[in-house]
Amino acid sequence: MATKNTLSRRAFMRTSGLAGGGMLIGFNLFQACKPKATPPIDLSKLDYNDFNAFIKIAANGAVTIFSPNPEIGQGVKTSMPMIIAEELDVAWKDVYVAQGKLDTKNYTRQVAGGSQSIRQGWDALRQTGASAKAMLVRAAAIRWGVDASECSVSEGVITNTTGETLGYGDVVNEAATLEVPEEVVLKEPKDYKIIGTDIGNVDIDKITTGKPLYGLDYKAEGMVYASVARPPAFGQKLISFNADKAKSMPGVIDVITIGEKARKHLNGGNRNWSVKLTDSDKVVVIATSIWQAMKAKKVLDIQWESNNLENTEQHDQILTGLLDGNEFTNLRKDGNVKKAFANADSILERTYESPFVPHNCLEPMNFYANVSNEKIHLVGPVQTPAAAADTVADMLDRDVSEIEVEMTRMGGGFGRRLYGDFVYEAAEISDAIRKPVKVISSREDDMSTGVYRPAIKYRIKAAIKEGKITAYHLKEAAINGNMYGLIPNFFPAGAIENYQVDGASYNSNITTGAWRAPYTNFLAFAEQSFFDELAEKMQVDKIQLRLDLLEKVKGTTDERIQYDPERMQNCITTAVEKSGWGKQPEGIYQGFVNYYCHNTHVAQVANVAIENGVAVVKKITCVVDCGIVVNPLGAMNQIEGGIIDGMGHAMYGDLGFNEGIPNAHNFDRYRLIRMNEAPEIETHLIQNEFSPTGLGEPTLPPVGGAIANAIKAATGNRLYKQPFMKSPELLRVPKKEILG
Amino acid sequence: MPTYKIKVNGKSKTLDVSADTPVLWALRDHLDLVGTKFGCGIGQCGACTIHVDGNPMRSCSTTLEQVEGKSITTIEGLSETGTHPVQEAWKEIDVPQCGYCQAGQIMTATAFLEQNSNPTEEDIKNAMHGNICRCASYTRIHKAVALAATKMS
Repeated sequence: MATKNTLSRRAFMRTSGLAGGGMLIGFNLFQACKPKATPPIDLSKLDYNDFNAFIKIAANGAVTIFSPNPEIGQGVKTSMPMIIAEELDVAWKDVYVAQGKLDTKNYTRQVAGGSQSIRQGWDALRQTGASAKAMLVRAAAIRWGVDASECSVSEGVITNTTGETLGYGDVVNEAATLEVPEEVVLKEPKDYKIIGTDIGNVDIDKITTGKPLYGLDYKAEGMVYASVARPPAFGQKLISFNADKAKSMPGVIDVITIGEKARKHLNGGNRNWSVKLTDSDKVVVIATSIWQAMKAKKVLDIQWESNNLENTEQHDQILTGLLDGNEFTNLRKDGNVKKAFANADSILERTYESPFVPHNCLEPMNFYANVSNEKIHLVGPVQTPAAAADTVADMLDRDVSEIEVEMTRMGGGFGRRLYGDFVYEAAEISDAIRKPVKVISSREDDMSTGVYRPAIKYRIKAAIKEGKITAYHLKEAAINGNMYGLIPNFFPAGAIENYQVDGASYNSNITTGAWRAPYTNFLAFAEQSFFDELAEKMQVDKIQLRLDLLEKVKGTTDERIQYDPERMQNCITTAVEKSGWGKQPEGIYQGFVNYYCHNTHVAQVANVAIENGVAVVKKITCVVDCGIVVNPLGAMNQIEGGIIDGMGHAMYGDLGFNEGIPNAHNFDRYRLIRMNEAPEIETHLIQNEFSPTGLGEPTLPPVGGAIANAIKAATGNRLYKQPFMKSPELLRVPKKEILG
Repeated sequence: MPTYKIKVNGKSKTLDVSADTPVLWALRDHLDLVGTKFGCGIGQCGACTIHVDGNPMRSCSTTLEQVEGKSITTIEGLSETGTHPVQEAWKEIDVPQCGYCQAGQIMTATAFLEQNSNPTEEDIKNAMHGNICRCASYTRIHKAVALAATKMS
């Protein structure tokens, strides 16, 4: 189909010839960019403020695709270039993928987060590949003196009607001089040769041989190491310290304090989403090796003053108080829930609770900074390079054009690296000592001074009248902020006439923020457990209840509702069929969920068995509708990882606080799921031609609900609190039942 | 500072570092072998797994004194061309997500398969459960270990 080339129309793409021969195409994936940018002939002079991605086609036909978005394990460094290569019509084996350097002051979406890279990049990536192809074909057609429509392309070779051929490399110099086409023809999905095929991780050889790839692996000439002592409890501030002993230790170069510059900036307005960095100064040990720095940090004699140290019992009472109180912000209101509850035949009300959880990226937070009078060089793992560069410029009173940010592959993100506190620390230290420095957190630093998923309680209440759900009222009480954006418009919004969502929050000094599938990561468990119980109370079929509610959403004109009831129903019926729902042998108990978040529809069934009297998760069947699947090999990895991660945190994830101090600092006290606890997973991808949506998050939120519903079926016990391991008695079959 | 003589990936190395320096940091910061990863520092996650005379060890909790005169293998030295059957299996299954833990997973799997070339599913789980994968790529790690076993036998 011919599609208006929005890249061209908005001048989002520019081409130029390269000095050594070849063509460079720079483009921006997203909306905000400088309209007049032109790629330089010398690649080293590329201004990354103008472009966030580009393709280089060399005179010998070799294609390099610079992947724009940060890679945190979600696979975009492989899948985004696949989309370009498809429309460019080159063989994947001829493509080399490199991570684009990032310095993205002018862009709004240079981010790894929210499962949005593929969804938001889909059109631009295809149009860019197709535009380049059209220019190359046109160059060949001009040389042959024929019309471009008489030429065909396969794997980078252009053929005309008489059978003559030219490779992309043969015409690339001429193509670079042509105008970007006004319209491009995009392939029909049936013609895809790369999209929809299994493509392996582009970094696989480096990963399996231990080549330097991650931020922690980065080294530079003259680099020193820094270990930062932050307040051990949230609510503490630095008063004084004695570093005599630390300074006398081998390898220690200096001990300094930082914090003022970051604080000055943050007081001027924190641009990061709901993160509150400690307002205390920090003590920094600088040493010639990180081991020496970490060791010396342990002997620092530091006095902290304490103010309002919080603990978990207090949070529990506060959140319950908020749910019982009246200080809510309304987030959506349809009809009149109050009236419907007053007229109800019966009411079901349940409260669900979750604790704080840390991200625990396996690569601890770290960053390299080299601040000199001429420039600032930042290298490392961060999901939001734009915000980091911007903040560092502001903090150090420098122009952002002096800042170069290099992205490294990230040893996990999960939301933690959306927040650039470790970048600011590295920059402030390097600015103070005027040396290249690498800040590395220990696991203890990482877990105990984190940016956590906040503790949350949900109270859900439904009214039933004459066998129908007539009202649904969801109240959220959370530490530091409530659900946002369109989440109040997720299912069952639109399905129930009287529907209301309210939120209340407690302002804590514990730093909180986004954690993989923010908000829905716990909400899905609460909602899907509630529907299970509601069906039991109404004595109706659990699947039919969901299908009937979705039926009511069909044809909605409410633009806030993004989930598609038909796609959701299709996931549900497919999951029923594929999981053998209701047809399990004796001893296998099943739990059902369906969920929509991050633009992807999911249904899951958990199979639980009783082993030695305890419920054990044996299998998860998962059905996913994410539209066109760009890279099934990568997609399955994300789906399976999301499920096991979701299960692990629902079962074990728990970070409590005592006097402002987290009760776990390392993996000896904080339990992460391990291989022997991971269930079998069977995944089914719905085949359709909808534009693709992301997979980094959507399978994680519902799995806790599937497991809880299956445990109810197996043991008769309903779970209301995460982590489930905190209520071990509820995972056991009641004794009297074992005895029969 | 004391001097230690160790053998890493077949080459003799002399290190002049403090006595309590963990092998992990000696490898990463003094010998530029950064394939061995820092995850927890207390031997709980397995990201830093190396072989000492063929046995899997947590390099974060191993001192140079303990390995002096012994032969260390790191992920960089597992094979000359990255084609050890376990590495090949990892590529074939496309195991990694973020990939950070995978060097440790591969080193644990390799040492295990040297001892047990025909493992059951339970054997694989028992051998690998000490290594955390935060992305939870466990399904594929399991498959890759099983595939590597067939390649090695």
